[in-house]
Amino acid sequence: MTDSASPNRKIHVPILTRVEGEGALNIVLGRESIERVELNIYEPPRFFEAFLQGRNHNEVADITARICGICPIAYQMTAIQAIESAWGICIPEPIYRLRRLMYFAEWIESHGLHIHLLHAPDFFGCASGLELAKKDPVSVQRGLKLKKIGNQVLELLGGRAIHPISLAVGGFFRLPRREELLQLVPHFEWGLQASIDMVRWIGGFEFPEFDSPTVYVALQNPKEYAIMNGAIASSDGATVDVGKYEQCFYEEHVEHSTALHAHRVGNPLPYQVGPMARVHLSYDQLSSTVRSLAEEIGWQLPSFNPYHSIIARGLELVQAFEEGLSILKSFDSKVEARVAYETAEASGCAATEAPRGLIYHRYDLDQSGHVCRAKIVPPTSQNQRQIERDLVQILPSMLAETDESIARRCETLIRNYDPCISCATHFLKVRRTKGVES
Amino acid sequence: MSKLPRFAVVKFASCDGCQLTLLDCEDELLALGEAVHIAHFAEASSHLEEGPYDIALVEGSITTPHDLERILQLRSMSRTLITIGACATSGGIQALKNFADHQEFLKAVYARPEYIQTLSTSTPISQHVKVDFELRGCPVDKVQLLEVIQAYLRGVRPKTSTESVCQPCKRRGTVCVVVAQGVPCLGPVTQAGCGSICPAFNRGCYGCFGPAAATNMMSLSESVLLQTMTPTEAGKWLRSFNGYSPVFASESLRLWPLTTSTKSQNNGGDTQ
Repeated sequence: MTDSASPNRKIHVPILTRVEGEGALNIVLGRESIERVELNIYEPPRFFEAFLQGRNHNEVADITARICGICPIAYQMTAIQAIESAWGICIPEPIYRLRRLMYFAEWIESHGLHIHLLHAPDFFGCASGLELAKKDPVSVQRGLKLKKIGNQVLELLGGRAIHPISLAVGGFFRLPRREELLQLVPHFEWGLQASIDMVRWIGGFEFPEFDSPTVYVALQNPKEYAIMNGAIASSDGATVDVGKYEQCFYEEHVEHSTALHAHRVGNPLPYQVGPMARVHLSYDQLSSTVRSLAEEIGWQLPSFNPYHSIIARGLELVQAFEEGLSILKSFDSKVEARVAYETAEASGCAATEAPRGLIYHRYDLDQSGHVCRAKIVPPTSQNQRQIERDLVQILPSMLAETDESIARRCETLIRNYDPCISCATHFLKVRRTKGVES
Repeated sequence: MSKLPRFAVVKFASCDGCQLTLLDCEDELLALGEAVHIAHFAEASSHLEEGPYDIALVEGSITTPHDLERILQLRSMSRTLITIGACATSGGIQALKNFADHQEFLKAVYARPEYIQTLSTSTPISQHVKVDFELRGCPVDKVQLLEVIQAYLRGVRPKTSTESVCQPCKRRGTVCVVVAQGVPCLGPVTQAGCGSICPAFNRGCYGCFGPAAATNMMSLSESVLLQTMTPTEAGKWLRSFNGYSPVFASESLRLWPLTTSTKSQNNGGDTQ
């Protein structure tokens, strides 16, 4: 417990819970100031970029999937699109739609998990989704059922929910039959209504008042809610082609830290990727159902309150069910599963919207189709600076609270970002000391 | 105090996918929460208790000096320790560094390798502590995972299949991709459990459940892999998610030997 006579209070959260991967939080507070905030990520590094060197391009999707068990599709799809872009492979529209359905399925599974089992418990003072299920069984059971539908699509299209095996450079190894897709229609019809009810449930939560001004960065595409195709837009107005990502964003290996932190060139402020960024930058591309639902629950944009991310995830779930339903009903199974291609010495990059935000891959390939060099920027390494900034901003309002309460509230704040520490292959031990002037 | 068995899920170097398999048991999760006392499952609950544990599920491999300490401690607190997935049972994809120069890998990813504290190897849990049961798969299969948990709750040893991917593949009615399409496939030497999904999707098995109980690796290489692949390609292909399992590793090394420039001599616990 806190000794009020002591000049400094040290708060240590040894294991961040209800996040993917392993991290700790260390806070040192002075009487009226924040001396230190350390987000200590001890998830071991796994060197994916190094493993990929020399591997056949056909193995890249299977290998990069293993970066994250929660969002393997994001890794597979981004890798495959980067390789397809290197060799100028154009996939037919029906294949693109089917890939989009698969990506939506991952959003359903990942958002469904985060909303019900990881995040919502915070709004009810529960330690887990299982505890929340005792208080509010209807909502948690509905959430598990929603999440399961995402996994069912992944099992049908990809063979299994975690590390699916069907995506190939040029298309798919196998396409589903039309009747297999149609069997999912009733589930999606249920899911659409259930996800709308879920957003109404979320709309009733009590959200802490906290504004953390930020720059949102996400893919943007005038034709659709951008996931796999578009330019990289920022809420401060800048829009760049994906091919210019490395000229506009860079990663830094910070001294006294082993983290690679993502920065925007010429802009010292952190930026934020993920559902909040997407909803803000592509609000007009959300369906009318989703937009009127946002209005109905009284969510006003812009919002810079990170606790609202659960609303953004909820709205994206509705979008996923509604659009997924239309893809299921209209899929044209007469298309070839894979287009033929030839390997060549070339480089290609791609960016897509993982459940947690923008993910970027680039591959330099040789004549025989082997990887010479790979670069992967996951969403969490981009959000990390924003998370740290939020912590520094919110801590002064908590100084009068007990250590336990501060620790719990800081963890809650971190959870808003659905950080995926397993994804952040780059960062190991983030010991970031921030002197804050009192 | 609760009389239910004390249940823990603990993670080491991994992608989270195997413990996610537990959270993907949408129909059984709430019942599992009734059948055990979840004492430690950081991904699912903020309520964390110290050991002892009756059943500890372990995901991930050992790659740092800190994790080596943690696994020894966990073993001493756990009555039954079950490893789940390829990382925990064979070192995982990150065990590729065991075949390579560790320092070169560090340099490829980090600008300042001197700040990274990691062992030169990624090793399975069984290399460090006694393991009561190893469940294979990258990721583990949901049905097998539930079977294993249920078996230990009833106090019996689980009976997961040790046959190869080929047997369920035939039962599934899939036309053999090797015979019909000439596609290389590791099915004959890989343990079943995944549902033999890859051949059903017109591609060869890539061995994510690790070696089957009885394998003839050299025969597979000569009669299947080397029909369409060079020895280097075949050796490289065996070196993936279970590449450090002894059966796959030795055949891979036969096909694609290490040269002195690609292998660091250091196999110990070098920390910088």
